[in-house]
Amino acid sequence: MKRVSIDPITRLEGHGKIDIFLDDAGDVANAYLQIPELRGFEKFCTGRPAEDMPNLTARICGVCPEAHHLAATKAIDRVFHVDPPPTAKKLRELFYSIFFATDHTTHFYALGGPDFVVGPQAPKAERNILGVISKVGMDIAGKVLKMRRDGHHLIKMIGGRAVHPNWGLPGGVSRGITEEQRQEIEKLGREAIEFAKFSLQLFRDVVLGNTEYVNLIKSDTYTHKTYNMGTVDENNKVNFYDGKIRVVGPDGKEKFKFDSKDYKQYVAERVEPWSYLKFPYLKQIGWKGFVDGADSGVYKATPLSRLNASDGMATPLAQAEYEKFYEALGGKPVNPTLATHWARLIELTYATENWVKLATDPDITGKEFRRLPTETPTEGVGCVEAPRGTLTHHYATDERGILTRVNLIVGTTNNNAPICMSVKKAAQGLIKKGKVSEGLLNMVEMAFRAYDPCFGCATHSLPGQMPLEVRLRNADGDVVERLSQYLD
Amino acid sequence: MSSASGAATAAGTKPKLAIYWAASCGGCEISILGIDTKILDVAAAFELVMCPCIMDGKVRDIEQLEDGAIAVCLFNGSIRNSEQEYMAQLLRRKSKVLVAFGSCAHEGCIPGLANLHDKQAIFENSYQETESTENPQRVRPQTATTVPEGTLHLPVFYDTVRTLDQTVDVDYYLPGCPPESPKIWEAIQAIVAGNLPPKGTVIGSDTTVCDDCKRIRNVKKVKQFKRTWEIIPDPEICLLEQGLLCCGIATRAGCGALCPQVNSPCIGCYGPNNDVHDFGARLMSAVASVIDADNPKDINAIISQGIPDPVGTFYRFGLAGSLLRRSKRPAGSDGGH
Repeated sequence: MKRVSIDPITRLEGHGKIDIFLDDAGDVANAYLQIPELRGFEKFCTGRPAEDMPNLTARICGVCPEAHHLAATKAIDRVFHVDPPPTAKKLRELFYSIFFATDHTTHFYALGGPDFVVGPQAPKAERNILGVISKVGMDIAGKVLKMRRDGHHLIKMIGGRAVHPNWGLPGGVSRGITEEQRQEIEKLGREAIEFAKFSLQLFRDVVLGNTEYVNLIKSDTYTHKTYNMGTVDENNKVNFYDGKIRVVGPDGKEKFKFDSKDYKQYVAERVEPWSYLKFPYLKQIGWKGFVDGADSGVYKATPLSRLNASDGMATPLAQAEYEKFYEALGGKPVNPTLATHWARLIELTYATENWVKLATDPDITGKEFRRLPTETPTEGVGCVEAPRGTLTHHYATDERGILTRVNLIVGTTNNNAPICMSVKKAAQGLIKKGKVSEGLLNMVEMAFRAYDPCFGCATHSLPGQMPLEVRLRNADGDVVERLSQYLD
Repeated sequence: MSSASGAATAAGTKPKLAIYWAASCGGCEISILGIDTKILDVAAAFELVMCPCIMDGKVRDIEQLEDGAIAVCLFNGSIRNSEQEYMAQLLRRKSKVLVAFGSCAHEGCIPGLANLHDKQAIFENSYQETESTENPQRVRPQTATTVPEGTLHLPVFYDTVRTLDQTVDVDYYLPGCPPESPKIWEAIQAIVAGNLPPKGTVIGSDTTVCDDCKRIRNVKKVKQFKRTWEIIPDPEICLLEQGLLCCGIATRAGCGALCPQVNSPCIGCYGPNNDVHDFGARLMSAVASVIDADNPKDINAIISQGIPDPVGTFYRFGLAGSLLRRSKRPAGSDGGH
C-alpha cells in the first residue's frame, strides 16, 4: 500500500499533517488529518478563580482571543448568576462585531480569497496577498490594511489590548466608552460597511462572473451533506454573540435548537488514537464514522453552516446578500464547502452593519456597564460563534468561585471530522490508479482552507498558508515521489 | 525554489531572519503584524528564511543551512513536545542570535500552568473526564497507531512545559504576552543597527508597570484584598490600594500600563525586572509590603482570604521558568521532559 504524506513543511512542524493511503489499485483507501498538539487548558484551569478565565483562555488562541475572552465572560456571568446590564451586553457585542469584521477581512484577503482572486490555477507563489495586490491594485491593499488597522485600534481602545484584551467580568465589562470614543467607532464602522460592500462587489466581479469558478464551487469534489450548526436570535437570524444554537439536517430542516447550557445533550466528542484533537459529533445522531448524511452525527460549524442554520440576517444589506446567495446556489441548504468564502463576506457585511447599529444605540455610552454578583457561584456555560465555529466554555466552581471542572469545545474542533472528510474527497477526486495529479496540492489546500482552520484554537498555529508537500511512499515507506507547491 | 525565496536569494547578502512558533497561540505573530507598514522595512532589511505564518519555511531547507547561517531567530512558544524540542535545537544551531520572543518562550506563560500536573493527568482529563467526551474504550492518543492502511505517528507529549532557555542556550529575551508592537519594532531596529546589549539581556526597560501607570497613589496600605468581581474600582486611584491584586508593582514596564487604563489590574504578562530570579517571590514580597498588618498570622489571614489561588496569581505567567518550575513529579514520569 502506498502512502501520500502531506506535511505542512514537514512532520516536524507541528501544524497538522495529512496522510493519504492508496489501496493496491492505487486509489484512495483512506485519509487522516492529524493534529500533533495538546496544551491541556481544561486541566490546568481547574483550581483557578473563575473570574480569571477570560484572560487565561484568551491564550488558547492569539488569532481569536476575543472569542475566548467573551465565551469565558458569558460563562462566568452564569457561574456567578448575574445578568449584565443592557449597556454591557451591547458593548460586548459591539466589540465582537468589530473583531468579526477584522478577522473575516484577514481570511478573505490574505488566506482564502487569493485562490479565487488570483485564480486556483495560478502559480502558488502568486496565490497570496501579494498576488491579490498585483492583480487588483495597491489601493485595495490600502483598504485591507486600513480595515485591519482600524479593527485592532478599536479592539484595543475598548478592551485594553489589541491582542489578549483584559476587559470582561461577570456581570459586565471593566470600563465603558465615552461619547468621543463612540463617535470614532461609528465613523470607522461606516467606512467598514463601505469596505464590506466593496468586498462583495469584488467577489461578484472576480468569482461569480467566472463560470469556471462557479462550477468549481458547485463541484461534487467540494460538497458534503452534513448537519450544519450556528447560533440564531429570537427570529432565527444569524447572531455571533448570543442566542440559541440551531442545527439543521442535510435536508435543510431544523433538527435541534437548544440553549447553550444544554450542549451536553447534543454534542459529544470522540477520541481517536492518531490525533491529539477530539472529534465532536451530534450525540443524539451518534458517531457513524467519517461519513455524510442524515444518519451520521458529523456536523459543520462554519460561516456557511451559520447561514444554513438560520432563516436570514438581522441587517438589511446582509439580508439582501443572503437572498442572492441562496438564489444563485439553488436554495437551502448550500453544501459546497467553497461557498464558505461567499458566506464569510455576507457575515462580514452583517458584522459591519451591526457594528454601526450598536455604535449608534443610545445605551452604548451608558454608565451602568457592570452589575456586581451577589449569589454564590456554581456552574455555567458560555457560548459565542467564533469566526471558525460555535465556541463553548463550561465551568463549575466551588462556593468561592474556584474552578473544579472545565470543558471547552472550540471553533475549529467542531470541524475536525468534516475537514478530514473534505481532504479525503479531494484526494479521491485527484488520485486515480496511483497517479497523483499535480493539482492535488492546490485542491486539497483549497478544501482545507475554506474552513479557515485555526489550529491556533485547536492546537496553536495560525490559520495561515499551509505550505504543503506531498510525499508518495511505497510500501516500505521510501519516498518515491515528492511534489511541492514551493518547488518549481 | 519558490520565487519568493528565489528573489530573496538574488537579493544576496541580506542577513537571514527566521520567525518560529512552538507551543504558542499565534498572538506573537499577530503582534508582529501590528507593526503595520513597517513590516516592509523588515522585509527590506532581512531575508526571511522561515516564518510559517506568512511563507513557506521547510525544515529541510533550514537543516541544510550551515550552522550560524541565520543572523537572527525570533522564537516564540514554549517547549511541550518532541517536535518543538527538535526545532529549538535546530534553530539554535543555525542561528547566530536566538531571541526568546514573548512570554511562552521567555518564562512559560499561562500554558506553563500545565506544570501543576503531568501528562497522565492532562490526558485523563482531556480524553476521559471532560463532560462531552464519550470514550468508553478509554482510547488515548499514541505516538504510533496502526490503522488498517499503515502506521500513523504523533510527537511525544512531555510531562513538563519548558521555556526556551531550559531547552537551548538563549541570547536575548523579548517579554510580554504578546510583546506590544512598538516594543517589537524597537527591538528590530536595535538588531538592524547592530546595537545589541550584552548576551542574556531582556530587551526592554527596567522600570515597572507602576512607573508608567497614571493612577494616583496615596501610599495607602490594604487591610483586605478584593477579587475583580467584588468591586467597581475608582478609575483614578491605584488599583492595588483599592485592594485589587494588580501585578504592576513587580512587572516590567513595556506595555504602557494598558490594562489599568481599562480599569483592570495588571496580570503580569511582561514578567520580572532585571536581577529578579523569581517573579512570584518578588510579587509576593511586593504585595506583602502593602498589607496593613504586622504579625504573620494577620498577614496570612489577609492573603488566604483575598488571594484564593496563590500559584495561579503569583505564577500566572512565570511558573515554568520559575525556581519552582513545576509541581512534584510522580514516579514514572518522563524526567526532565
